[in-house]
Amino acid sequence: MNTLIEKTSIGGLEVVLSTRNLGKYFYDPVKFKALDNVSFDAYEGEFLTLVGKSGSGKSTLLYCLSTMDTVYEGELYIKGEKITGKKPDELAAIRNENIGFVFQFHYLLPEFTCLKNVMIPARRLGKYGYEEIEHKAYEKLKILGLQDQALKPASKLSGGQQQRVAIARALINDPAILMGDEPTGNLDSKNSAVVFDIFKEISSQYGQTIIAVTHDNDFAKASDRTIELADGRIIDQDKKDFE
Amino acid sequence: MKKNINIDIAFTHIYTRKKQTMVAALGVAIGVGMYLFMNSLDAGFSKYSTDEIFKNNAHIKIYKNDEISKPLTTDDSSGLRVIINPQITTLSKKIINPEALLAAVKSQPYVTNAIAQVNFDAYYNRGKAQIKGTGNGVNMIEYAQMFNTDKYMVAGNTEALQGNLNGIIIGSGISEKLSLGINDNITVTSSFGIVKVMKIVGIFMTGSSMNDNTKSYVNISTAQQFIKEGPSFVSTLFINTRDANNPEPFVQKLQQLTSYTVEDWKTSNADVLSGNNTRETMMGAISMAILIVAGFGIYNILSSTIIQKINDIAILKATGFNGNDVVKIFIVEAIIMGIIGTAVGLLLGSVLIAIMSNIYMGGPVGYFPIGFELTLFIRSFILGMLITLCAGYFPARKAAKVDPVEIFRK
Ligand SMILES: Nc1ncnc2c1ncn2[C@@H]1O[C@H](COP(=O)(O)OP(=O)(O)OP(=O)(O)O)[C@@H](O)[C@H]1O
Ligand SMILES: [Mg+2]
Repeated sequence: MNTLIEKTSIGGLEVVLSTRNLGKYFYDPVKFKALDNVSFDAYEGEFLTLVGKSGSGKSTLLYCLSTMDTVYEGELYIKGEKITGKKPDELAAIRNENIGFVFQFHYLLPEFTCLKNVMIPARRLGKYGYEEIEHKAYEKLKILGLQDQALKPASKLSGGQQQRVAIARALINDPAILMGDEPTGNLDSKNSAVVFDIFKEISSQYGQTIIAVTHDNDFAKASDRTIELADGRIIDQDKKDFE
Repeated sequence: MKKNINIDIAFTHIYTRKKQTMVAALGVAIGVGMYLFMNSLDAGFSKYSTDEIFKNNAHIKIYKNDEISKPLTTDDSSGLRVIINPQITTLSKKIINPEALLAAVKSQPYVTNAIAQVNFDAYYNRGKAQIKGTGNGVNMIEYAQMFNTDKYMVAGNTEALQGNLNGIIIGSGISEKLSLGINDNITVTSSFGIVKVMKIVGIFMTGSSMNDNTKSYVNISTAQQFIKEGPSFVSTLFINTRDANNPEPFVQKLQQLTSYTVEDWKTSNADVLSGNNTRETMMGAISMAILIVAGFGIYNILSSTIIQKINDIAILKATGFNGNDVVKIFIVEAIIMGIIGTAVGLLLGSVLIAIMSNIYMGGPVGYFPIGFELTLFIRSFILGMLITLCAGYFPARKAAKVDPVEIFRK
């Protein structure tokens, strides 16, 4: 049975992100097609994983979805709005409000405390006052079990803790989509399980969409749906078949 | 309202990189300090030399210039040419009808002061000792007002000459060489052979040996007698205007009143002024170069910060900071370095100026002619900040162009 069809029919869920015929070339050192005709839809509250062999184009696709990479063919839509062709400043604003990121190497600002790191995207958004943001950031850290670490400098935390701070930061603006490029790639199995549970929770409880690249088969299997890439093409987007 | 996030990040960078911040700020401090000091030095010097000029130059003078004889040519058609030596044909340096001209000049709205003067070549004698110099016939009260002569009187006073047709005020050099003091008699001979025994009613010392060793003041009518001229003879009109630094437009207006030569002090002292200009240009260029080098310090330190913080920049851009935000972050860092550096620089410059102004140069100069000039402080501050901003802008622009995808991919 197809998850995609099941979801649309049963829940009447909305498409949050979709691509139409996405293609991407690299020209250095030789012309090379990294993405070929990639089309798919991601739904509200869906926990989506991207898998495929190394070099299949997973990261390349994720960077296109993230709006950070703008040099591609085809079209990208987020919340029904066409993203392709927008100006860098508009894209920055869209990212700030709608997309949260988690990377394999956590990338926190080392001089800032965990709390301040988490607050950064919200302060950029400027929707709430400083105290309110501080409170929200503290709440997010609490969800991730890090309330005790809030005032420590980010550089003083363990890898798993840093990754959770990065997730809290990605969630601070309650984005529609949370993206991760091998978010558990650097973590041991225990910490990976923690991150997985968090992802599961935010997608099912808060209705946020998750798009995560992973090499971890268990991680992918447990997600709602898996898209498999090979040589830049989607070869499978049904979870059951992937199994 | 709480601090802006961009400013917060900038301050955090500055705070966690204190050493680099201090190095960059120190560069700016030295640049601004040297700029302020060198230009104050220069301004002090220029002011000193123009003050020297104004000791015996008015802003504008009117006098009769030498006329050159015109070649005599016959009618062109004859093909004949008469070749002669051009020669000075001036018979007298006299200004005709000086009272009317003086009155006309004084009625000009931009003229603050105007006086007439009669000059003559004078020989000061005592026994066999003789000094050659110039006598100036003036209305001493008006003259003293115009040239601040009272300031330079070392004996007697300028009022003593008023109405005293036999009185003379001489330079200190003449007084020393002839060992004549106040109330002594001095024999003055003019080039027209007039000899007068006069009473010294005052001695001045301007510090310029050219003045002090040659100049004397007498009443106008006395001077007219020395050159065997009547009471309407005047050789020069001295005119002061509202704006000493821009006499050119006034010269043009005054020239419409008379056919005599109207000349401003800049023209008369072109040699001194061009010396000043050369020095100003050199000092300006050197101090500017120091300031620019300081700018490179900021540029370097900011560039290295950006290379070190490239991950931070990428993550900020990924979370929705746009190019402008990134530029702001690093510009703010440059401004902080600039403000610290400029403030310390102004302090440093002030200390140097204070030290310099207490150095006694001796002679007519006295203490080193340097002072605190607000405009120079303002200019140093603005330039210091401007250089910092420029030096900060280029690395900041580079930071804004960081492509996060490239950073995350590595
Ligand atoms: N900047 C680049 N210039 C040229 N080729 C690139 C560039 N980035 C990626 N590629 C190529 O595009 C293809 C897809 O790369 P991508 O990083 O998307 O793979 P991936 O699926 O994320 O692999 P991995 O699982 O190892 O991370 C690879 O063949 C890679 O060599
Ligand atoms: Mg990858």
